[in-house]
Order: sequence, then structure tokens, then C-alpha cells
Amino acid sequence: MVHEVILAGFGGQGILSAGRLLAEAGMLDGNHVSWLPSYGPEMRGGTANCNVVVSKTPVDSPVLNSCNELVIMNKPSLDKFETMVEKGGIVIIDSSIVDRDVKRDDINSFLIPATNIASEMGNMAFANIILLGKLIKERQTVSVENFEKALYAVLSERKHHLIPQEMEALKIGMDYK
Amino acid sequence: MGQKLLMKGNEAIAEAAIRAGCLHYFGYPITPQTEISHYMAKKLPKVGGVFLQAESEVAAINMVYGSGSTGTRVMTSSSSPGISLKQEGLSYIAGSQIPAVVVNIVRSGPGLGGIQPAQSDYFQSCKGGGHGDYRQIVLAPSSVQELYELTVEAFNLADRYRMVAMIMGDGNLGQMMEVVEFRNEEPIEHYDKQWATVGHENSREQNVVTSIHLNPAVLEKMNLDLQEKYRVIKEKECRYEIYNQDADIFIVAYGIVARIAKSVIEMAKDKGINVGLLRPITLWPFPDQAFDQVIDKAKAFLTVEMSSGQMLEDVKLALNGRKPVYFHGRMGGMVPARDDIMKEIRNIYNLHVKND
Repeated sequence: MVHEVILAGFGGQGILSAGRLLAEAGMLDGNHVSWLPSYGPEMRGGTANCNVVVSKTPVDSPVLNSCNELVIMNKPSLDKFETMVEKGGIVIIDSSIVDRDVKRDDINSFLIPATNIASEMGNMAFANIILLGKLIKERQTVSVENFEKALYAVLSERKHHLIPQEMEALKIGMDYK
Repeated sequence: MGQKLLMKGNEAIAEAAIRAGCLHYFGYPITPQTEISHYMAKKLPKVGGVFLQAESEVAAINMVYGSGSTGTRVMTSSSSPGISLKQEGLSYIAGSQIPAVVVNIVRSGPGLGGIQPAQSDYFQSCKGGGHGDYRQIVLAPSSVQELYELTVEAFNLADRYRMVAMIMGDGNLGQMMEVVEFRNEEPIEHYDKQWATVGHENSREQNVVTSIHLNPAVLEKMNLDLQEKYRVIKEKECRYEIYNQDADIFIVAYGIVARIAKSVIEMAKDKGINVGLLRPITLWPFPDQAFDQVIDKAKAFLTVEMSSGQMLEDVKLALNGRKPVYFHGRMGGMVPARDDIMKEIRNIYNLHVKND
């Protein structure tokens, strides 16, 4: 299947990096990938989103008008993107920040208080990784093994000491019920 | 093929230029192509080249003119408003027959416009944005891999024909990341640039690079020579892709829009509609002959662009009334959606294919 993923939230929550990690891990899995960021003034303190496609066959369109996997880190993004999820698709929501579930009954949603869990771990920046953990568990968008390799490839070396904790965050997301 | 990297389109262009032997880069920052400058600033000095941030786009293109006159492989990049500023220099470079590579990562206009993607510089790129009877080769990649390959090719074409080869991308292509697979060795063509203004210790007559010819007879001869060169290019350098050759309806699209079109073709297939893609890779020279290859079977054509319908005019010229042409376009930084294109396809299908 073709994983068409939209990740959306506030600028600074690590939305673009989360997408970047999926793309890098997808490439390491041997798949075709694309990563398309929103760019421009809306990023500065405003909303940020990116489109990621992971596919066994060459990616047709990197520009998504609909998706089957949605990761949401703020309420305006849920309002904007919920209608774009295809029937049977999945939505992962950071319920520490977003105070509602999806309004549709033809898609699956998972609410995880990712920012609160990350704060308890001592680093709010892990919230995006926790949400990706759930996504990977439910949809096998990328492999866990190559996600770890992607962390080494994407993060600058001065952040490599954080990677064991990032992997712990991923596991918390995967195991969250 | 060699190393595989996940890269931004803009970075792939810069890396390609360095691999193609570009030694001089002059530019002035503008969104959404500034990563090209970043990359060149970091990497070009390491291979013995010169990165220089000019005081303006006008200065940058004239630095390209000067550097190119010495036969050095040279590039500048900008986005729409910046490319407008460069038009005078581009005309001088055309008149002086200097090879140069120019990148335009198009954003929406007119005026300062916005920073979101567009294809509204088609006329400017292909029909002559500056003054005089001149052309430039315009290449329109549709993936990050192609941004890399066509940038290398642009340097060869510029040298081969002593003229500007332009890469016309858009904000999405520049900003997005895809996997690039690099060649172990680039197919660099080497030319003996006897016209170049370089030191020669009085071993030959001096070379003069100029575009001024005040004698009309001389200037007409120079123009005729240019036109002859353009005729050869039109004959030899048209590039295009035809996808699903036996289709009933063809989408004509280039760049990122051609990628969206491909996903529409899949949607249409599920609905039993046979749709193909005709993708010009060179926008100038425009690949007229591509249309001849599909015209017998094709019932109609749908041109899709991020503009008001600029390439549409060349599509109509190529078809010359032989088949109906429809248009779907978005402007201002909006990107055509696959559902909207699919709607157009369904209408065309009902009109021209269904009852045939």
C-alpha cells in the first residue's frame, strides 16, 4: 500500500523533522519516498505541516490533497485536515493539546497525551516521536530498525546522545493503549 | 549508479552544478530557492570555486556574464521577481553568445506576489523576457532526481550552444525532498572555447565579447546566425515523456503538475477511463513532435498548469486545431488538486470518448 501521511501542528513542535524521519526511514527500508514541507511565513510561530509519501512504487504526486495517515499536534490542524483523511484512514492526535476526537466514524483515531508524557520524560521535544510510535505500530509506515538509523542520519551529532531516549519515546507510543 | 541521498530539490541542483564542473556562482537570496546559495557557499570553495553573494540580482547576472566570457562554467539562481531583474543581463548574454546556467524556482506573481509555487513564468522563460530576438533552452524537471540530472545536462547544453540553459522549477520542487541516486561519474562534455577572453600572451588575435553591433547589416547577420542556431536546437534537443501512449485523453503538464497528473491517471484507470500524460521536458524548444506520436488515437487534450494557461498556447500551436484542447489552471500559489483534474477528465470523457 501507499502511505500518504500528513503531519500538522504548530511551528516548533517538530512536525517537519518528524516527517523528515519518516522519509529517511522509508528510504532505508528500500521504499520510494517524498517529503514536502509547508514553507513560508506561516511557519514562524504559526502552523506547520508536511506531506510524506512512502511507497513500494515510484511516488506519483508528492503533493497530497488527501491522505490515509494523519498526525495532529494542534486543534486548528485537526479542523483543517480531518476531512482530507480517506475512509478507513487513521488519525493520531496529541490529546495533551487537542481537546476533541475526530467527528467522523469512518476513520480510526488514537488519542495520546504525547506532550504530557514527553514532559514527564523530561523533554517535550519527544512528543512527535511518541505519536510516530503509534503510527508505526498501527500502520507499519516504516520499520523500527530503520527509524533508529534515520535518527542518526537526520539529527546533528551533538544530539546523538538523545537517541536512546528518542527510541524509548517511540516504544512508549507503540505500546500506548 | 552510486550514492543515494534524501535531498531537497534546491540542494540537488547545487550538488549537480558542482559535479558538472561549475566553478563560479553568483546570487542574491530569495525564497523559495535560497538553499541553492547556502549549499554553494558551503561547498563551492572546497572544490576551488568561488561563491559570491552579489549586492543585487542585476549585479549577479552581470557577474555571470563576465565569468562566462572567460569560458568558466557559471551559474546563478533566483526566483521569479529576481529573474525579472536579470532579464537585461540575459539578453546581453544571448547577444554575446555566452554559456551560462540560470535557475528559476518559480513563485507566484505578478509583482512581489507570494512565495508559494507557480508556473507563471513560462512566457518570460520561453518567449523572451528580455529585449531582442533571442531564445534560451528551458528545462522543466519534475522530480528531485531530474533536477540533478537536468542541471548537469544544462551545463553541457549551455556550452554546446553558447547560450543560457535555464532550469525552470517551482517552489514545491525546490523545497521538497526525494531520494537522489548520484552517478559515479558525470557525463561532462568538454569544448575548446577559443572565443573565451582569457590570457594568451599575444599568441593570437584578441577575443572580444560584446553584443553591440551598430552596423545593421552586421547585426542582421549576427541575428541570422542566432536563428540558425535556434533552428538546430529545435531539431535536435526537444525532450519529452509520453506515459501511456495508447490513451484516449492526454493530460499535458510539466514539472510538479505532471506528477499530480500521474496520480490522476491511476484514478481514471480505476474508473475505466484511459488517460495518458504528455510531459514536455524542454519547454523551449517545445516538443511539437510529441503530439504527432499520439494524435491518431487521442480524442482530446487537457493542459494543466499553475498559471492562467501559458503553455496552453504552445499546445494549441502544436496541435494546430487537429484535436480539442481543454485547460485547468490554478494561480497565486494554489496547486491543482487531483480531484479537480479528475472532474475535468470525466467531462472530457463524456463529451469525446463515451459515445464514440
